[in-house]
Amino acid sequence: MMNAVPATAAVAAPAPAPEKRILLSVNNIEVVYNDVILVLRGLSLQVPEGEIVALLGANGAGKSTTLKAISGLLKTEDGEVTRGDITFNGERINGIDPDQIVRRGIFQVMEGRRIIADMTCLENLRLGAFTRRDGGVKDDIEMVYHYFPRLKERTGLAGYLSGGEQQMLAIGRAMMARPKLILMDEPSMGLSPLMVKEVFSIIRQINRDLGVTILLVEQNARMALQAASSGYIMESGKVVLDGTADELTNNEDVKEFYLGGGNEERKSFKNLKSFKRRKRWI
Amino acid sequence: MNLLFQLLVNGLIVGALYGVVAMSFVLIYKASRIVNFAQGEFLLIGAWACWWLLTHWQLPFYIGFPITLAFMMIFGVVLQVVVLRPMIGEPIISVIMVTIGLSIFFQALMKWMFGVFAKPFPPIFASPTMNVLGLDVQTVYVVSLVISILIMAGFGWFFKFSRMGLAMRATAFDQQVAQSLGISVRQVFAMSWAISAMVSAVAGVVVGVVNGVSSALSFFGIKVFPAVILGGLDSVVGAVVGGLIVGLLENMAHYVDSQWLNFGNMYEIAPFYVLIAILMVKPYGLFGTKDIERV
Repeated sequence: MMNAVPATAAVAAPAPAPEKRILLSVNNIEVVYNDVILVLRGLSLQVPEGEIVALLGANGAGKSTTLKAISGLLKTEDGEVTRGDITFNGERINGIDPDQIVRRGIFQVMEGRRIIADMTCLENLRLGAFTRRDGGVKDDIEMVYHYFPRLKERTGLAGYLSGGEQQMLAIGRAMMARPKLILMDEPSMGLSPLMVKEVFSIIRQINRDLGVTILLVEQNARMALQAASSGYIMESGKVVLDGTADELTNNEDVKEFYLGGGNEERKSFKNLKSFKRRKRWI
Repeated sequence: MNLLFQLLVNGLIVGALYGVVAMSFVLIYKASRIVNFAQGEFLLIGAWACWWLLTHWQLPFYIGFPITLAFMMIFGVVLQVVVLRPMIGEPIISVIMVTIGLSIFFQALMKWMFGVFAKPFPPIFASPTMNVLGLDVQTVYVVSLVISILIMAGFGWFFKFSRMGLAMRATAFDQQVAQSLGISVRQVFAMSWAISAMVSAVAGVVVGVVNGVSSALSFFGIKVFPAVILGGLDSVVGAVVGGLIVGLLENMAHYVDSQWLNFGNMYEIAPFYVLIAILMVKPYGLFGTKDIERV
């Protein structure tokens, strides 16, 4: 079963180098929708090879836009990177069509799973391998079934799967492409707490087993920081804070805004509002 | 009674041809949401191209026909890339106007190049008719039925198992998702036009061999509309069923007309009456999904 594991794992294998190679680097990008709406204003982030990096932030901060800028899907929504550049594996990739970006090894698991509802699980998985021409597709389908045994039992249309199963299918579909980098947009969305746990444990597992680098956008900051080795916090189209996962987990502001609780006693709503106003990072 | 049976067999054979053309129409609609009013002209161009190769260059059928198909494939791609790709994102009514324009243009072009009179194909089969279960059936019709079934099976296989077929279905389902999977939507569009033009040309050649090649062929494209709309604009299976229904209806109407009514034109209009009746009950066609755009 495990000998099906691919060349990418071998690349990531000599791990204990002190400074990790940067796989993806986003430098000071600006994204504009419909020629007028400025969404990202000078965003920069770096994703080291073989790691899980979390990208956190409130609704509307521009997390999904960042992922779409990287994967090129921005183009399909009338968006455009107007400044800065995105380099992947040492090559500049902004402005390239999304299908070409997939061929270079970046695969986005879109928000809301977006599986193809009128196809079966197997057909969805085979589509994940669309860009591949090698003979390993059959083995990889077995590998995905190994991670998600319940997908094998589902022979009907993917549209009838439960939310958790659809998320598994979406992740399995990404694995089929054998990407170097998976961009994951809110894998926990709409799932039960138990299912969220399962999905995150699988994310960690495929990161470890296949050596796939993962850039993870999440609302569930606690889960994301548990899985990730480092993270970025975004607000209004900019990165306002970054650090290792431990640093972020222990940061008072992050606790207050994203993890809930904090070390003080609970404030009244009125105090909280004024507090928030004072403590805004922009 | 024998006449009725003969007409039913005819209906089945012609209906299968309608089904094939309807399928190629649905292929374009499903992939790129374009209602192609120039579908009939694909038959016309294919038939003229084959006729020209066979008469002017004296090529045997088994060489001329594949060349025709190759030509139609390139023709479909060029048409999509040059004319329809710039129309992506334009309102649907503009795109429809463009395909109507193409239809008129190609019809006129064919008349200009080959004249207005029907020209017969050189004989292709050793005997023009053959006996099936005691009925006289044109050999070409039998062959066409076999070809139609092969094409339908081919479509089924293509969409179920081939990599490109799955990509086309994905594109039809959601273009953004398709792109996120590494599918080039432009390539899928071009390919759908190529296959559509090619398959329509097969039907065009078959009808041309039976009736001779003339601009009447493009009327076939109009007849395909009831078939497609009956089956539902976005259903390949529906297209086949719709095609068969229209083919059978035509011939039934012909029978009723010739036996009792003697109106003389029931053959042409009966499918449209039935189309109206069915759409009053099922506005999205027999197999169509409910959120499609109607034209």
